[in-house]
Amino acid sequence: MAQSAISMDAPQEHQHDTFKLLGFWIFLVTDCIIFACLFAVYAVLRTHTDGDLTGRELFEVKGFTAETLILLASSFTSGLASLAMHKGSKKQLLGWLTVTVLLGLSFVGLEITEFAKMASEGARISTNAFLSSFFTLVGTHGLHVSFGLIWMIGVMVQIARFGIDSLTKEKVTIVGLYWHFLDVVWIFIFTVVYLLGVM
Amino acid sequence: MGEKAKGFFVTGDPLIYGADVSIIITLLGILVFLTYFKKWGWLWSEWLTTVDHKKIGIMYLVSSLLMLFRGGVDALLMRMQLAMPNTHFLQSQHYNEIFTTHGTIMILFMAMPFMFALFNIVIPLQIGARDVAYPFLNAMSFWLFFFGALLFNLSFVIGGSPDAGWLSYPPLSELAGSPGPGQNFYIWGIQISGIGSLATGINFLVTILKMRAPGMKLMQMPLFTWSVLSSCITIIFAFPVLTVTLALLFVDRFFGAHIFTAASGGNPMMYVNLIWMWGHPEVYIVVLPAFGIYSEIVSTFSKKKIFGYKSMVFSMIIISVLGYFTWVHHFFTMGAGADVNTFFAITTMAIGIPTGVKIFNWLFTMFRGRITMTQPMLWTLAFIPCFLVGGATGVMLAAAPADYQYHNSYFLIAHFHQTLIGGVVFGYLAGLYYWWPKMFGFKLNDRIGKWAFWTWNIGFYVCFMPQYALGFMGMTRRVYTYGWDMGWAPYNLVSTAGAFLMGIGFIFQVWQILYSIKHGERDLTGDPWNGRTLEWSIPSPAPHYNFAHLPAVRSDDSWWDMKKHRYGAAGQDEIKEYAPIHMPKNSGIPFLMSACWFVAGFGLTFEWIWLGIAGLAGIGICLLARSFQRNTDYYIPVDEIKRTEASIGRVV
Amino acid sequence: MGVSENHGSAKTYILGFLFSLILTAIPLWLVIQHVMSKTVLTVTILLIAVLQLIIQFFFFMHIRDGEKPRYHVMALVLGAVMVFTIVAGSIWIMTFNSQVH
Repeated sequence: MAQSAISMDAPQEHQHDTFKLLGFWIFLVTDCIIFACLFAVYAVLRTHTDGDLTGRELFEVKGFTAETLILLASSFTSGLASLAMHKGSKKQLLGWLTVTVLLGLSFVGLEITEFAKMASEGARISTNAFLSSFFTLVGTHGLHVSFGLIWMIGVMVQIARFGIDSLTKEKVTIVGLYWHFLDVVWIFIFTVVYLLGVM
Repeated sequence: MGEKAKGFFVTGDPLIYGADVSIIITLLGILVFLTYFKKWGWLWSEWLTTVDHKKIGIMYLVSSLLMLFRGGVDALLMRMQLAMPNTHFLQSQHYNEIFTTHGTIMILFMAMPFMFALFNIVIPLQIGARDVAYPFLNAMSFWLFFFGALLFNLSFVIGGSPDAGWLSYPPLSELAGSPGPGQNFYIWGIQISGIGSLATGINFLVTILKMRAPGMKLMQMPLFTWSVLSSCITIIFAFPVLTVTLALLFVDRFFGAHIFTAASGGNPMMYVNLIWMWGHPEVYIVVLPAFGIYSEIVSTFSKKKIFGYKSMVFSMIIISVLGYFTWVHHFFTMGAGADVNTFFAITTMAIGIPTGVKIFNWLFTMFRGRITMTQPMLWTLAFIPCFLVGGATGVMLAAAPADYQYHNSYFLIAHFHQTLIGGVVFGYLAGLYYWWPKMFGFKLNDRIGKWAFWTWNIGFYVCFMPQYALGFMGMTRRVYTYGWDMGWAPYNLVSTAGAFLMGIGFIFQVWQILYSIKHGERDLTGDPWNGRTLEWSIPSPAPHYNFAHLPAVRSDDSWWDMKKHRYGAAGQDEIKEYAPIHMPKNSGIPFLMSACWFVAGFGLTFEWIWLGIAGLAGIGICLLARSFQRNTDYYIPVDEIKRTEASIGRVV
Repeated sequence: MGVSENHGSAKTYILGFLFSLILTAIPLWLVIQHVMSKTVLTVTILLIAVLQLIIQFFFFMHIRDGEKPRYHVMALVLGAVMVFTIVAGSIWIMTFNSQVH
């Protein structure tokens, strides 16, 4: 009897993963609001350079284009990872996740180089309101990416240890959503900060 | 004492020394009690690691009542300072600190946890669920709130309290204006508990959307559940804004950025713009659940279905969304121009419409109902005229040109206390009396409760009505003291007397609780009020798993319907087999991780980078540890359910 | 599972990736070449960014997945309204009637 009762409860357990997914989507919406505020601050303060250099003089087309392409590619490879997962191939899944992490690392590396170069030219977070808002907006995105990298590596360790099961599947799906979301945010940073900046 | 220690501990004021001593004595008392009665293990396994929404709710409740006490003491000190002209009862610095902490504590550390207490205790029971969607996250939210509040309150004795007003406007709250750690305490205390609030918003939103009892359609949900849903919608859009605003203020203070500074192109008014984008929706976040509570109570004690259910639902949803479009009315005087002010004056007035609809619905529900004058009903009846006047003065303030006269005067102070006390506090107290038997299994004593009710209410009007007049006479908020020549003295004295009456009302309530623990009327049926919703279909207090059988819902006011047509838990003929119940396991991680947040917050407050990093690393380790846990839940076997149900007098 | 799941195929991912590359290249080229007036250019590249967002949502994030009712889509739509309110509202409020520093 107990056995049949458990199977009666089973549909509810299955629902639990859609619970998590819905909760995560809502979390992403709240993260959108966070970035919206940072964009609003940037939009209001972008002309407040206090007589210093503007974006046109500070941003380098080559650098931010490379960052954009790398992040787009990593979003693509994380998609391929989830595809491999649904095919049940652990090796391919880990492979594509590794590629994603490497791309993410090079993105963060490029961003740090960019920030360091700007700082060496005297454009620091404490220089003026424009730069304060620039560094907080782009830096917050960079922190999100860095956090995502640690998270993704954690998930990879779990896949290596436990294989592909319903728990790890859910984790890959969620970290994948997060990663695509960061790509979406970057598209707007690319457009609003960099393209409008060099225009 | 060395120089360094002198700066670390707050010194100089005898009031604070008194507080120091009482804090130490209380702490020692708790430690001795726990050790002597060997309660440490019990504390850890039953409370600190619990993921049971009912226990989490009780912990929220206890914390919020403590914070109500502290915020109330702040208020009384303020009123004593203002009772007579040219008083120097408090030092001016201490006065600044107290009006700051009073506001912050009352909104963020009293109203919010009180609200979350009711969310936690009522919602799963009311929708026929066994827990919330994310029980682990729920425990996390509580402990984040707890440690955030602890950090904030610590500023009282260590480092110095924040003193830049409850919303800490820059440039005063920037490093140049507030160099000490007080402002950092403010930022991190709120930041840490704010993350918890956001998580609670997501948690209850998903709970209500996904975990309703089989058959319960959205339009059959009790109105309190609807009010929580609309409040959560507002939380998820408003709280991230608070997070960003405080983070940016911290970036300014810590990295020397110029986002809100007055120099180097920064724009202090951008802070005001952002913080009110959270701050205004915040008042709707706290008042919407109160509206839900009134709806439940009015319907139960008038023995009638609520009048205009659909219009109630739509008005709450409209308030929760429209509440996001009114924030500029807090700074009409910034001078953004006629277009901006007109837009926000209209939206502000428009939001009065759905609120008015609700008032009429409550009145029509009572009309020709068989009303029982219980304590919850008394507070509800007191709310209606009080909130009505508060709303009307709100519309006066919403008229942008006139607001230039009222702005930051005592008129405003009286207005928002009338909506926040008359609307929110009365509502939560009504809810507390209403659901108290469900939480603890006994009713609160009626006679002492009536004393509390009348002292609170008379005290309220005596305290705040004179403040409207003071506002017209030119008294501005946060003023430290004033001269005889202003003519404010009699009104202030009366106001102070009213505040003390409210304080006496609070003491009555404490007495009422203590008295009722021993002598209160026991609730043996689980349905002491002849209720209409599912929480009354189970015993009081509810068993660990809430519902032995998930109820099958067929209509709105579902428990009333079951009682009328004798089915579900009210129908004795159909006895179903029990099935093992799936429940989440307890976990110590929420407590430990929030403690790490506390450490990180403390480190960043004093700019001890090493401590901040250590705390953040601890948070990371806790996150990873949780991620690697795979067996996070278990089944309650049928035998145990049978035993529990028998022990609480239910037919097995 | 009773849930209609669409994890996409290699084809949709490649298509999505190609679209996003093209939608990155176009605004970049437009900005570098200065082919339009400033206002038109600003509006154009913002529209392209929104298009790019839609591509990510549909091709990579599979927002059509999940059981009905699709609460996550409702949350996203309401979120978009709020994002617009925050950004456009702030710009309007903070710059209306004020001088540029």
